[in-house]
Amino acid sequence: MDIFSKRKYLVIAIFLAAGTVFLIKLFGLQVMDSKYKVSATNNVLREIVQYPARGLVYDRNGTLMVFNKPAYDLLITPREVEAFDTTAFCKLLEISKEELNAGIQKAREYSTYKPSILIKQIPPESFAYLQEQLYKFKGFHTQSRTLREYAHSSAAHVLGYVSEVNDNDINRDEYYKPGDYIGASGIEKTYENQLRGVKGIKKQLVDVHNRIQGSYLNGAEDIPAQIGKDIISTLDADLQIYAEQLFRNKRGGVVAIEPSTGEVLALVSAPTYDPGLLVGRVRGTNYNILLRDTLKPLFNRATQAKYPPGSTFKLINTLVGLETGAITTNSRFSCYGKSTTPIRCTHNHVSPADVVDAIRESCNPFLWNTFRATIRKYNSTAEGFNVWREYVASFGIGQILSSDFPNALSGNLPKESLYNGIYGSGRWSPLTIRSLAIGQGELGATPLQMANVAAAIANRGYYYPPHLIKEIENDTIPGSFKKRRNTKISPVNFEPIIEGMEQVVNGNLNATIGVPGLQMCGKTGTVENNQGSDHSVFTAFAPKENPKIAIFVYVENGVWGSRYAAPMASLMVEQYLNDTIAAKRKWVEKRMLDANLLNPNQPK
Amino acid sequence: MPKRNSLWANIDWITVILFVTLMLLGWVNIYSSVFDQEHQSIFDTSQRYGKQLIWIGAALVIAFVILIIESNFYVFFSYIIYGTIILLLILVLFIGVEINGQTAWFMVGSFRIQPSEFGKFATALALANYMNTHGFKLQKLKSLAIVSLIILTPAALILLQNDTGSALVYFSFVLVLYREGLSGVVLFFGALMIVLFILSLVVSNLVLALILLGIALIAFFVLNPKFKQFLRIPVFYMASFLFLFIVNLILGKKYEISFLISIASVVGTLIVLGYSFRKRLKYFAIICYIFLGSIIFTFSVDYVFNNILGAHQQARINELLGIKSDPLGAGYNVNQSKIAIGSGGVWGKGFLNGTQTKFDFVPEQDTDFIFCTVGEEWGFAGSILVIGLFMIFLTRLIWLAERQRSGFSRIYGYSVAVILFFHFFVNIGMTIGIMPVIGIPLPFFSYGGSSLWSFTILLFIFIRLDASRYEKF
Repeated sequence: MDIFSKRKYLVIAIFLAAGTVFLIKLFGLQVMDSKYKVSATNNVLREIVQYPARGLVYDRNGTLMVFNKPAYDLLITPREVEAFDTTAFCKLLEISKEELNAGIQKAREYSTYKPSILIKQIPPESFAYLQEQLYKFKGFHTQSRTLREYAHSSAAHVLGYVSEVNDNDINRDEYYKPGDYIGASGIEKTYENQLRGVKGIKKQLVDVHNRIQGSYLNGAEDIPAQIGKDIISTLDADLQIYAEQLFRNKRGGVVAIEPSTGEVLALVSAPTYDPGLLVGRVRGTNYNILLRDTLKPLFNRATQAKYPPGSTFKLINTLVGLETGAITTNSRFSCYGKSTTPIRCTHNHVSPADVVDAIRESCNPFLWNTFRATIRKYNSTAEGFNVWREYVASFGIGQILSSDFPNALSGNLPKESLYNGIYGSGRWSPLTIRSLAIGQGELGATPLQMANVAAAIANRGYYYPPHLIKEIENDTIPGSFKKRRNTKISPVNFEPIIEGMEQVVNGNLNATIGVPGLQMCGKTGTVENNQGSDHSVFTAFAPKENPKIAIFVYVENGVWGSRYAAPMASLMVEQYLNDTIAAKRKWVEKRMLDANLLNPNQPK
Repeated sequence: MPKRNSLWANIDWITVILFVTLMLLGWVNIYSSVFDQEHQSIFDTSQRYGKQLIWIGAALVIAFVILIIESNFYVFFSYIIYGTIILLLILVLFIGVEINGQTAWFMVGSFRIQPSEFGKFATALALANYMNTHGFKLQKLKSLAIVSLIILTPAALILLQNDTGSALVYFSFVLVLYREGLSGVVLFFGALMIVLFILSLVVSNLVLALILLGIALIAFFVLNPKFKQFLRIPVFYMASFLFLFIVNLILGKKYEISFLISIASVVGTLIVLGYSFRKRLKYFAIICYIFLGSIIFTFSVDYVFNNILGAHQQARINELLGIKSDPLGAGYNVNQSKIAIGSGGVWGKGFLNGTQTKFDFVPEQDTDFIFCTVGEEWGFAGSILVIGLFMIFLTRLIWLAERQRSGFSRIYGYSVAVILFFHFFVNIGMTIGIMPVIGIPLPFFSYGGSSLWSFTILLFIFIRLDASRYEKF
């Protein structure tokens, strides 16, 4: 009857075909393809970063040096902002209306749904009041961060500072996100990975507008932030503070090292600055002020200034002479005082002088003869020079000593090629480079390197890489710090040198630098300076046996070694070993504290 | 009262149960997609699931009312109902409320009523009545014209409301006409046009023209397997191309090669056409007409696409065909919808545990994109269930329609099935990215009183007609 009745099959076929196509497609979407599951998670989960507090820094005696203080960021979610009393708001936050508007505009450009930081690092004092008032202002909320706080406003160059990450940091390490903090110098930088801790993640469900709807799986997948590891520094806070006091109104640097370990007890670059200046909202402004300061407080003289070591270098040259056999303890050289050639002697002393005399009297002619004999021992000047250079280098001169000083410089230890370049190969002799004999000329060493030399001498021939870190909580310090490095000088050759150094202290300087009951060995230096008064240098260690401290002091424009550097070094040694300054030495301390050497031209 | 008894006995309860099942499944998913902790009561009428519960209750009342009305009523009043709805569709253009750019709603108190939803069953009634008249023959031009008028009048009015999706639903009547004797050629050309439309947007016209040429040649060869004659055909094309190429050289390379190829293919076709006439080859004319028609259609698609479709429609089609992808713009809905469905996996995240739909990532999640909730919370298993239910439901309707003794009931039954199918196909196809975004609801699932009621009326008139299938009218 119905000729088209078979057409129902096509209609049903179309229906079933559609259903089948759907199921195939859905099988692909729901079963085969996992990318949608990932997209879904990304869609709905907002990971809120939990910022850990940075690790604390203690000194070697457990005195807290760096800790954290809370600070608060004020965030704005532009979409949620309702009309508010801008005048009251600006007053509350101590900002201008223009700043507020600019901030809101910037936040709006970023996102109207997502919160962005309007004001950073509000100190807790302001925050308490702010929080009371914040309910009046819809669309604003706060998040807590931590800022660094310094117990003693000292050791700025050692501790370093923390700044906000820059693009380089973000590109280099994906841990960092814009707005994060990072150690920018000093220990903060070197031990950033240990100090920073690990950021945590709090997963929250959000809707399409990024509004938080609740926690994800009741926090089961949250990763709590791990607080940064505490660090025990090698510094002695008391010594550090004392050294900084002594260096007030002076330029220069001091590094004190425990010879038996290489631990840096104090490191001062003067003038220094209060590390608290580079914290919080004022960091940027203060940084620029410090940067423009003509005294260059940000410049770390202790690790970056390439000072000619002057007479303190004579210790090394004498040691090299003894070790190479160019001289012996019986060798004597005549000194004709100011008329000696090619280098005159400024001191008046016995002649001919032996090694001990020469060290005690800082005799230039002796050192010249020793230097010449050392180099002449070999077939050519170049060969002799290279041997000499190797010995010097074994003290760490011309090298980066350790990883703890990220910005330290290697200084200058000239190479043969330098002189070949200046004078031509084979056309220079010991005489040409005689300044090296007395630690001047092309030589440049940082106070850190020279303090290390003092430690090597104190140890009679070896040193440990100087470092700033004693312990890291639940972690180990770099193994290289425990690795003894030997100089190329035999222990026996140190004895006459140390004898000379002891006599320096016990000689006519004893009145100002002799510490009662302490056997200190030292060597003064006066570095010629044609842009003002000469620089005052002193290197020392104490006690003579089982030395506990090796120190190198460099006071710019200190006129001569014994005037400032030596007394200051003696005071630091005394402070460190005796914890106090003997009453009869208070006058020395006062003189040092009162001295103002910021004028480069000092009376002779 | 035997008659009344026979009504309830004759009702196809399987269909009724399927209807109720789909409606409740829909409600469960609406509840889930709107759910939040603060409004947990299912009767909370401030929430959409609460309202939907009212719509469902009302739908059941409507269904009951429809069932107790005599089935003859629908036959006799079909034109009146149709006329009334047409009037309402005109009226809504003038006094309707504009929502989302569509002038499709009457405001009655605080309720919104969308007359276009009711156009479907009215059209189905009128169509069934007209096609059941004595002497009606689809092959007659007059009959075809009136059938077209019945179908296209409400479609055109709805298009004027700017509701393209609802207007497109009326194309589904083609399947009813096919069942009633419309030539299968129409379906063939319809399918061909869709394929050409998509291809012309995806591949360049020139490539498409060459493909069509290839198909035409193959068709030619299959129908006339004389190799010698067949070999001449490419020769004709080559010759015409070479001729044009030389002419172009003489003219000083005025035209581009691609233009020459196009012209050569037309000229070559004309020559082949003439040759075929002379040699009395079979089907030459049909193949040539189809080929030429396809070429013209292909080239006109670009024009239609760029000048007649709106920007958002272009964007949706571009997105679907992968021509231009913009997951945050035009493609946002579909992308989010696919993420929601795809994230459901095999077994889904469980009732109320969908995160994508719950947190408003998927727009229109309780209306047009309700299937996302199914996909996300019930997974592939839920998808199979829902699609399977629809398949059973739709084939059941066709089976019911086929058992009718009256043409009226059969035609109406087919109309119900194909309308529901069109909604099902377009709606779910859209959520999984195999149809462009066309905003039409998923029958019995999507939130909304008008659509639920209109589908209920549509279905239950048929169930009522089916219950009276032993009566003669």
